[in-house]
Amino acid sequence: MNPRRKKRLLAVTAVVFGIGAVIGLVLYALQENINLFYTPSELIDGKGPNHEKPHIGQKLRIGGMVVPGSVIRDESSLEVSFKLIDTGPLVTIRYQGILPDLFREGQGIVAQGVLVEPDVIEAFEVLAKHDEEYMPAEVAEAVKGIKHEKPKYNLDSGN
Amino acid sequence: MWKWLHPYAKADRAYQLCNTLLPYFAVVTVVCMVVGWVWGLAYAPADYQQKDSYRIIFIHVPSAILSMGAYSSMAIAAVVALVWQLRNAELAVIAIAPVGACVTAIALITGAAWGKPMWGAWWVWDARLTSELILLFLYLGVLSLYHAFEDKKAAGRAASILAIVGVINLPIIHFSVEWWNTLHQGATITKFDTKAIDPSMFWPLMLNIVAFAAFVGTVTLIRLKNEILQREKHRPWVRQLLNRG
Repeated sequence: MNPRRKKRLLAVTAVVFGIGAVIGLVLYALQENINLFYTPSELIDGKGPNHEKPHIGQKLRIGGMVVPGSVIRDESSLEVSFKLIDTGPLVTIRYQGILPDLFREGQGIVAQGVLVEPDVIEAFEVLAKHDEEYMPAEVAEAVKGIKHEKPKYNLDSGN
Repeated sequence: MWKWLHPYAKADRAYQLCNTLLPYFAVVTVVCMVVGWVWGLAYAPADYQQKDSYRIIFIHVPSAILSMGAYSSMAIAAVVALVWQLRNAELAVIAIAPVGACVTAIALITGAAWGKPMWGAWWVWDARLTSELILLFLYLGVLSLYHAFEDKKAAGRAASILAIVGVINLPIIHFSVEWWNTLHQGATITKFDTKAIDPSMFWPLMLNIVAFAAFVGTVTLIRLKNEILQREKHRPWVRQLLNRG
């Protein structure tokens, strides 16, 4: 390679690595803020090395798995409450509105809302998080031993 | 070692090479796209959770992969254009950019259309979605930077530098779902786990990825031919070509 080309190649490489390092450091510094949500254990035990906890009244997002059997629906309104878990503590979410298609017990969700008590969130948005697995229903039943149906709720019809 | 490449630095030889490659790319595009779409959209089984809505992956995933693939090709062409100062490489950068911008837009739009029923939101500012949006802006930036200069030599250099700098976004897009908590699900194909996606869905998906790659190749070749002709329009071989046609 002739020296001029070599010099240009070195310059290009240096620019890419330089900017890569800058962006890498920026992202590292912002690490905690780029995360879309808190997990339930981060909410209860605090986040990061300083165990910073969100304060009551703070607007935040929380992501976790809906605890099976914890979904309670109000019979006369759209109000619903459920518990979220990741590895340890439980957090209660209260929400009023229509839940997305993929909302199931045992499914991951992300809720946005206001912290009203240390472990209770009044959500104004609930988003379902999908996993990266795709399979037909028969395979899912064979592999996972689960039959996925939309959850049925025992609502008294009133008459 | 690279001696066989040298003739293609000449515009007329590069033009001929485009002409030779074009029919192969076009045939692969048509065959794979027809078979892949019919297979994926009509015959592949429905997903156990998402039912038929998951079928958007047969368009969303290939376009998302190709948005990054096209960007890598554009960046490689940009390095060649800067280091070896080949004009054809500059033209290749500018030939790929709008194609890449289109597949990025397709990936973003199909993702939003899927996100509304599945997640419950058209758009979320999570790391994956945001970095993909930045990719779209990078493509548009490369294009507008090129067209902002009167002097095409300076234009090609400026656009190439931006294209190379933007490469840093590619690993960020790919690993965003691992590095941060995102609403977007993790990688399925590169998980190399046979259970992540059932073979009855995997093969039509692969076919569609090939189809999209060939499609991007086809459109890029057509655009590159035009760029070469336009840049060389005063040369005898172009005049000869135009008189013949």
